[in-house]
Parts: sequence; structure tokens; C-alpha cells
Amino acid sequence: MFNLFHYSFVLRGLEAGVIVALIAPLIGIFLVLRRYSLIADTLAHVSLAGVALGLLLNISPILTALGITVASSLGIERLRTAKRIYGESALALFLSGSLALSTVLLSLRHGFTTNLFNYLFGSIVTVTQVDVFTIAVLAIIVVTILALFYKELVSITFDEEFATVSGIPARRISTILIILAALTISLAIPIVGILLIGALIVIPVVAALQLRKSFTQTILYAEGISLISVVAGIIVSFYCDLSTGGTIVLIMLIIFLAIIAAKSKIFARSGNSQL
Amino acid sequence: MPTVDHHQNIIEVQNVSFAYNGHEVLTDINLSIHRGDYLGFVGRNGSGKTTLIRIILGLLKPASGTVRLFGESSNAFKDWSKIGYVPQKATSIDASFPATVQEIALMGRYGRRGLFHRITEEDRDKTRAALQHVEMLEHRQQLIGNLSGGQQQRVFIARALAAEPEIIFLDEPTVGVEKSIKDDFYALLKKLNRQLHLTVVLVTHDIESMAHEAMHVACIDRTLFYHESADDFFRETHIEKHPHQ
Repeated sequence: MFNLFHYSFVLRGLEAGVIVALIAPLIGIFLVLRRYSLIADTLAHVSLAGVALGLLLNISPILTALGITVASSLGIERLRTAKRIYGESALALFLSGSLALSTVLLSLRHGFTTNLFNYLFGSIVTVTQVDVFTIAVLAIIVVTILALFYKELVSITFDEEFATVSGIPARRISTILIILAALTISLAIPIVGILLIGALIVIPVVAALQLRKSFTQTILYAEGISLISVVAGIIVSFYCDLSTGGTIVLIMLIIFLAIIAAKSKIFARSGNSQL
Repeated sequence: MPTVDHHQNIIEVQNVSFAYNGHEVLTDINLSIHRGDYLGFVGRNGSGKTTLIRIILGLLKPASGTVRLFGESSNAFKDWSKIGYVPQKATSIDASFPATVQEIALMGRYGRRGLFHRITEEDRDKTRAALQHVEMLEHRQQLIGNLSGGQQQRVFIARALAAEPEIIFLDEPTVGVEKSIKDDFYALLKKLNRQLHLTVVLVTHDIESMAHEAMHVACIDRTLFYHESADDFFRETHIEKHPHQ
């Protein structure tokens, strides 16, 4: 069997993958608990328009995706808080609008290419050294901001009204969270691809929530599930020649289902013992 | 035992009106809450009592009129840790939220500590003391969702107390709580008011509870009817204080 570590692209993929695996649940826990899960998916679709623009202009698609995603996250947040339209309608507008823009931009570049397929579904082969560097810098920015506003984020996530009365600028903190989500999504594109980023942010957290632990323990479990899935997904996809993003997400889902199954087994057993 | 200056007004509401979708909810409300008071806000559902509390707390802006908190206009007021708040439980929390009693009570310290400041050992000590006051310290490692409604409500009081407020607002804290637990709950509020000299504002549609401990009663139905004492309220409104006795 050939050794995967002899391939520099695998190493780059693993480096980038581990960074993304550690960041995604940190954002995910706040999005899931604030019932914002779908915003991850919407922003991911928005980032496709950014990628298309980058491909068209021949500049780094991650950077154009970053710009457009952050700008859109602010737009979505403004539409939601202005309450002129329903929150999920705002998401639908941005999701379909950005897909429309993407297809138009891509048609200018004479249709779909293999390159685009990599952005849609992720491929560690396309991860360059510059990408790893960009991802690392973005990750440091996201973690620093999260650490600075951690207690405020926890407070508004649990009870926004109480947080406001206790003097926390809830709306501003909420905007910061959305911007961080946009940054995280942009940096995760090369690994799992646009269509599967939502899964990376949401599934490890939803799986960890099943374990019913304290807030800090839930974060730690989500981190563990995310890290195992991403590393295992990259290795398995390499040896079996499968899509990396898809393999990672399927491993996450298997872990989630295993937790559910184990829980219902324990529940059934304790139920029987009471009879 | 420290004395309390009951003549010092800490909350002043002047000529406050509020309309929602063109429908007038509050009309020309004037109200003062003095230090050490135990004020009961009563009124039927939809009478505007929660709206008034939300205006005082700065969650809603009045259409006209002013609110002064500790002598300052509420727009300029910064010292929010002086004000404790126990929101209506049913609407504000998620029972499956992954947080322990301790983690939730500690949130009361976050606003006081301020942006960019880390939680210290002092914050943990104050949180433990707050949990002790409401007799929930032994449950500190439990998840909030595993507690009964009455216990959850005590945790939310601890969260408000952790900030060491001077006044605490409770919005319908006993909805859906059984009678015996309600009695314990009112005993706790009385203790906070009389022993810790905490000013208490209790919003409720449970008029009977007013008979227990409130010093003053404000009855709201779009406008406000203030009663010097709980006894006055029952006499003037012809409601029996102890209907079952």
C-alpha cells in the first residue's frame, strides 16, 4: 500500500482540514442553538457567486468568496432585524439570488469546468500552499474574535432579552457571529466544497448535543467529532479514491446515527430495568 | 443591619405612552419605585403590564414620555448591572439548551464584567453566593432542562442576583408552577426584599399572590391605578384577599 504522507497535497489537505475541523463547530454551536443553522447553507451558496467571480477575474476565488459572503451576511442580518420580511425569506432570497448570479457569471466564462466541480464538492488536490496559509490566518482571526466575545455570545444565545437588559449589545454581537460564520464558510470551501459546508458546521454540533452535556463539554465533543470525521474522511477518500467532502460528511452522519442508536439502546435498557 | 432610604426613588416613569400598530397599549403612565419597595404589578393578560416593564428595561422605546433609572435618563443609562431581570420563562428559554445551572447563573456576571474582560474567581464566588440564596447550589452541575419549572425559575433569579443588582424585575415568574412551589417562591422574594434590601417588582396576573408580600400594588389596564398598600388595593377593588378562608 502506498503511503499517503509521501504526497505533499495530502499533507496540505490534512493541514487545512484540521484547521477547518476545529473552527467549524465553534461557530456551529452558536448558529445551531440560535436556530440559524440554515444561514450556513445560504452563505455557502452566496460564496459560490464569489468563487465564480474569482474564476472569471482570475483572482483567488477564496478571497472573492470571502468578500461577497461577508457583505451578504451583513445584508441578511439587516433584512432580518428590520423585520420587513421573515428571517427565512431573507435566507431564501440570498440563496436563490446568489445561485442565479453564479450561473450567469459562470456562463460568461463559457460554462462549467472541472475547477468549478472542485469548489462545489471540495477536493484536497486543489489546496495550494497559499490556501493553507490563507485558511490559517483566517482561522486565527476567527478564534481570536470568538475568544474576545465568547461570554457575550453564550449569553445572547441562551437568552437574548436577558443579555440585552444586562447591558450586552446583543445586536452587534449577533452581527459579529454572522460575519464569523461568513469567514469560516469561505475558509472551508477548498476542503468540503460549497454544497457541504453547512454539514461541517451543523452536524458535529447536532451530534454533540445528543450527549446532553454542559456547554463547554458540548463544544469539546463537537470538536472531537469534527476532527475525527475530517481526518478519517481525508484518509479514506485518498485510499478509496472518493470525493473528500462527501466522505467527511458521510462519516459525520455515521457518528451522529451511532450516537442516536447508542442513546436509544441505553434508554431502552433503563426503561426495561424499571419494569 | 443597614437601613434603607425608602424615600429615594430609583425608577421614575413620567407620562409614558405606547402604541402598537396604531392601537394604544399604555396611556400617560406615571410611576415611581422607591428603594426597598416591593411593588406588585397586576393586570389581566394584554393589559400592558409587560409592555411597561419592557419600556422601563429599555427593551422598548415609549412613543412619548421619559423613564429615569437611578436619576439618569434611560437612554443615557449605562449601569445595567444595577437592574436584575427575570424574563417570562416560557417564551425565553430552550429547555434542551446544553448548559448547567452554574453556567447559566454565571451569565448574570457577564454584563457587569463588560466586553473584553475575562470572568474571574470573584465572578464565580458571587455566582455561588447567588445560587446559595435561592437554594440551588447543590444542583449546580445539573443541566437546566433536567430541573422542574420552579427550580428553573430559581436559577433565573440566581442569574439576576449574581450581578448584585439593586432592583429586580420578575415577569410572571409563577406561570405554570404549582401552588406549594409558588408559596416557597414568594417566601424567597420576601427574603430578598426584607433581608437583602433588594427592591422587588413583580409582574403578575395572579392577584392572589399580591396578598402575600407586596408593599404596594400598581394595577394596569392601559393606564395605571396606584395603591398605597396591598390592603388598599383589595379594599378599593373589592377583591377578597383570602377568598378561600
